[in-house]
Amino acid sequence: MSKNKILDPNRRQDLEIIASLIKKGDRVLDLGCGDGLFLRDLQQNHGASILGVEIDQDSIVRCVGNGVPVIQGDLNDDLDYLPDKSFDLAVLSHTLQETRRPDLLLKDIVRIGKFAAVSVINFGHWRCRLQVSCSGRMPRSSQMPFQWYDTPNIHFCTLQDFRELCHALGIKIVAEYPIAAKFPKLTGYFPNLFATSCVFVLEEEK
Amino acid sequence: MKIDTQNNIDVPFLTTPQDFKLPAPLQLECGRVLKEVNIRFETAGTLNADRSNAVLVTHALSGDAHVCGRHTPQDKKPGWWDEMIGPGKMVDTNKYFVICSNVIGGCSGSTGPQSIDPDTGKPYNMTFPVITVADMVRAQKQLVDHLGIKKLLAVLGGSMGGMQVLQWAVSYPDMMQAVIPIATACQFSPQNIAFDWVAREAIKADPNWNGGEYTEETVPARGLAAARMLAHITYLSEESMSRKFGRSLQNKAEDNSYEYDFDFDFAVESYLQHQGKRFVERFDANSYFYITRATDYFDLTASSGGDLAKALEKVKAAFLIVSFSSDWLFPTCQSKRIVDALLKNNKEVSFCEITSAYGHDAFLLEVNTLGRMVRDFLNHQQEAYHE
Repeated sequence: MSKNKILDPNRRQDLEIIASLIKKGDRVLDLGCGDGLFLRDLQQNHGASILGVEIDQDSIVRCVGNGVPVIQGDLNDDLDYLPDKSFDLAVLSHTLQETRRPDLLLKDIVRIGKFAAVSVINFGHWRCRLQVSCSGRMPRSSQMPFQWYDTPNIHFCTLQDFRELCHALGIKIVAEYPIAAKFPKLTGYFPNLFATSCVFVLEEEK
Repeated sequence: MKIDTQNNIDVPFLTTPQDFKLPAPLQLECGRVLKEVNIRFETAGTLNADRSNAVLVTHALSGDAHVCGRHTPQDKKPGWWDEMIGPGKMVDTNKYFVICSNVIGGCSGSTGPQSIDPDTGKPYNMTFPVITVADMVRAQKQLVDHLGIKKLLAVLGGSMGGMQVLQWAVSYPDMMQAVIPIATACQFSPQNIAFDWVAREAIKADPNWNGGEYTEETVPARGLAAARMLAHITYLSEESMSRKFGRSLQNKAEDNSYEYDFDFDFAVESYLQHQGKRFVERFDANSYFYITRATDYFDLTASSGGDLAKALEKVKAAFLIVSFSSDWLFPTCQSKRIVDALLKNNKEVSFCEITSAYGHDAFLLEVNTLGRMVRDFLNHQQEAYHE
């Protein structure tokens, strides 16, 4: 997949990128899988074998309704019930910023999956920078519609912050797929400034 | 009640108890052999042509084969899981063939301590052999064979019924597509065993029990009622008791004052008394010994040196495991233990802890959330059955 491909803005682009990574027969784990529709798509259209982890009871009931195997679990807890390298790909999409200890979760996710696909919202996007520097207020956008005091997103980072954390944790970044609705070329050169989010493919350093 | 839309009248959904005599004596885990075993069972719905729509429901300690519907249109009460199972219900008998049998050792039609010992011509009473959950399941397996079913769509049950479900998955891995163990555990906890002990002590302390040799006129009613009251408390939660009774008094005098005696004064006391009394009318004290003992001995890990993952290595069924947040008799951590062991083996498993204030009893009361999951899970497993 080209790094600069412009994707359908009506679909969650990170999910489209992650789906494109799946090979037939891959075992895929989605941490924070919601109603399980993304996993169901991976199963039906990409031939993956799937499992979701979700905390919300209503979402779990919907997963079962969608025929998606799901385990109730809190991503802030230890995930040691998921064995080492028991999945080909462990997915964490737009969720890292909601967790209490993103560092611990990242270590866990590369332990569980042979590879991990983590999509990260970029706080270093030029709009965010502009909002802070010009209006003097915390940034808000369609991806981050909350006020600072009621947001579930408690751990924001820039793409550069994320890379540095991976480096510090001994996690190898196998690939980066920056996502932007505008300026594809610039995004390719300066993702930390122009990408609204990014899918990182990660692997435990051997 | 099923509504007949064409005639617009209430048509009760009727079920009929049936009996199946095992063709040969049943070898038991304790080493003894049980002769001339009868299995009381009921079915609802119709077995389809390729016999792929059979759902076996396993009952809890005080349950029986009468899982849904009514025996006669005049019956006041339907079967014990009628809210869940029946035409158009969550487990839809228009779609599935539901089977439920009374466990051996029970007192509702299947061979148990009240049955006549063919060797002596007298009731077994306490000479009945000690049975286990695996024995119960071995007897049920013969019933399923007898009904001509090679592979069940699912085995489904809560509490002691859930233990049978787990035992089924381990003993006969090729005989079902899916299992749904609800509010249960892979082994009885020391706390569970302790409650059973006290319950049996209460029965023993009743002079009428007489080592199990009592007649219809001299049943150990007080002992059995006390055992039931104790057990009943374990089925509720602190929250559900507070909500249901609070500290309200039984005889609401004008001034709402205490009686200052030891008769029942509080509403919760009179409720328990009533539960105990009702139980004595339908349950046999000796049976209570045998069934509670079977649950005490239940431990799926016994044959694998305490290693649950190893015990579950050969299971093939897809699992839907459900626990309830306020259930302290079979707390969520015990369900999670099963989930973890299945994940270790790379088995298909779904798990949900349903938020409920009803305690252990929630498995019979949370019909909406539990029912929706069971309905949808069965639906998807029926598709998978043919793949």
